[in-house]
Amino acid sequence: MRWFYSTEWPFREYSIEDIGFDIRRALGLFRVVDENGEVVREDIEVDWDKVVEMYVYMVRARILDDWILRLQRVGKVALHAPNRGQEAVGVGSAMALSREDWLIPSYRELGAYLVKGMTEEEILDRAMANVDDLLRGSEFAVYGKRSVNLVPAPVPVGNQIPHAVGVAMAAKILKHRVVVMTIFGDGATSRGHFHAALNFAGVFKAPVVFVIQNNQWAISMPARRQTASVTFAIKGVAYGVPSVRVDGNDVIAVYTVAREAVERARRGEGPTLIEAVTYRMGPHTTADDPGKYRDPEEAKLFERVDPIARVKKLLIKKGLLDEESDRRIWEEWSSRIEDVVKKCYNKPPLPVEVILENVYSKPTWNLLEQAEELRESLKVMKELGLEVE
Amino acid sequence: MNMVQALNSALREEMRRDSRVVVLGEDVGRRGGVFLVTEGLIDEFGPERVIDTPLTELGIVGVAVGMALYGLKPVAEIQFIDFIYEALDQLLSEAAKMRRRTGGMYSAPIVVRGPCCGGVRGGMFHSQSPESYFIHTAGLITIMPSTPYDAKGLLKAAIRSDDPVVFLEPKVLYRAIKEEVPEEDYTIPIGKARVAREGSDVTIVTWGAMVYQALEAAKLAESRHGWDVEVIDLRTLFPFDRDAIIASLEKTGRLMIVHEAPRTLGLGAEIAAYVAENAIDLLKAPIARVTGFDTPFPLVHEKLYMPNVARIYMKLSKIMGY
Repeated sequence: MRWFYSTEWPFREYSIEDIGFDIRRALGLFRVVDENGEVVREDIEVDWDKVVEMYVYMVRARILDDWILRLQRVGKVALHAPNRGQEAVGVGSAMALSREDWLIPSYRELGAYLVKGMTEEEILDRAMANVDDLLRGSEFAVYGKRSVNLVPAPVPVGNQIPHAVGVAMAAKILKHRVVVMTIFGDGATSRGHFHAALNFAGVFKAPVVFVIQNNQWAISMPARRQTASVTFAIKGVAYGVPSVRVDGNDVIAVYTVAREAVERARRGEGPTLIEAVTYRMGPHTTADDPGKYRDPEEAKLFERVDPIARVKKLLIKKGLLDEESDRRIWEEWSSRIEDVVKKCYNKPPLPVEVILENVYSKPTWNLLEQAEELRESLKVMKELGLEVE
Repeated sequence: MNMVQALNSALREEMRRDSRVVVLGEDVGRRGGVFLVTEGLIDEFGPERVIDTPLTELGIVGVAVGMALYGLKPVAEIQFIDFIYEALDQLLSEAAKMRRRTGGMYSAPIVVRGPCCGGVRGGMFHSQSPESYFIHTAGLITIMPSTPYDAKGLLKAAIRSDDPVVFLEPKVLYRAIKEEVPEEDYTIPIGKARVAREGSDVTIVTWGAMVYQALEAAKLAESRHGWDVEVIDLRTLFPFDRDAIIASLEKTGRLMIVHEAPRTLGLGAEIAAYVAENAIDLLKAPIARVTGFDTPFPLVHEKLYMPNVARIYMKLSKIMGY
């Protein structure tokens, strides 16, 4: 109960050592493989089977991303937030989680959803909001599946960050050895949700891993104008949360850092903040036009650091892949995903009743009245010869 | 028992009954909350279940949502409900919509409770009645008790609810009323009003501390004119008990709504619209509203800002003389 044993204590001076972790990691850039596919950190132990597995996930995420984009253009998907260029962050970080761990991502994380256990079919049903949509047509661009502890993202950026801390605190209270990971963008670090969540996580030593997917752009706002901080990772230091900056286009680096953070959390040593530096090659969403605010040459420039090309170069150098086997991987997944697209494309739409469901555990009287009104209106539409959509 | 003790005993009994129930908020531990609603809970349940948090309502509600996703039953205290606005994104966009936006896979049945309303010279940031914001958002249940007995039974029902509940406690009543409150377990159903006074001439629908103003005004109206006023204490503000309102109007044919919240888009407007749409044939006179003025809550002359006996009596005279 006694917090102060002397009057000197609150007035003491502190030094860098008092922080309790190495703040240089929040300023540096952890990288295992450079953009030419050369290993630059021989001291890091690499599980090569895992690397091949992650490569395939990244390929699947890119093929799926292109398909959802195409489906949006033909009006089959309401809106899409393209993933191109960011596959290593989602795949590398989610790969560090075990099945009972929770992932609370943002939109734009197809690789992470696949790794956590959503299938292409579930993702496409969701994108097209058809009869098998797990989220029952409630929102666009977000994905989730309860049975694999993948919580659908909220559309307002960063709203999920405090939830991740709450889930982690609950698991800790119940003495479950569950770790929670949340992924969000550089823009979300400006919101109060981020700061409240980091503060709680630090104070309660919650078993949570925060991943900032710094893709350099929050719609039209470049990262340099999102904050005056030299890095995003440095923000964690003020909350007493060990923070690491990592090359987000290097899937091995992301996985290594994420695994270390997950293990720390599981040992009860508290939260970690990871800033994964990457680049959004496409528009913010299909409703955005980056031509208005950034030089189209810039996106081309970043193709040089494409995360998929980097792993491919590395695997070829290591003799774990050649052009022929790589072509087979792309062809196999392209054709498998195309089959799934065809299957999902023709599924029927959700029934109209979904617009009134899942508001309360049991419908309240006003919703029952409004359901009646909806049914009546459908009859009248029919009588008047009006189209439902 | 007064209302603070009744609320404390509801929390204590629910925490004993269900180990998933946790309390979190500012100063809820050793301090027992600034109004002592959580007093002593930390001694029985420890700091893991009675959690003193950093000072951020956004964090408290956001973290509570996460706890509920994992299966706990968090009861989040907002020190004064006037401070809830920082957390509205979490409450209105997340807690209220979690079931809907996850296709029913997840829900966030948290309880957000805190002292509300005026009467203690609290000024504009310790006196507000913000119920309309919550009622307007689909997915939330909003409750305001007016007696210690109801406070205990309703808080227990709120904690057992599968939907998120905003539980508003009129702080002026915390220690003003004492009554017998059973030590044993009981709940009061959500969505059911209470007839606080039976009458046959006019129905006053009200809630919270205004129940007592309405009862005073009813006494005055009876002694001066012999008017027989029925007072309905709504208790659950949403989903409100429309059957109780209609049943009363079938007897009286006259409706007045009294609430502390500002008039424009207050719950009174919704009740008036409901009756006008569904039961206008029952009405013998225009509907009247007595409410807080459409201003920030004042520090001075607060009794003139809040509905009082004179203002209620004034409008009663109008509708009875129509």
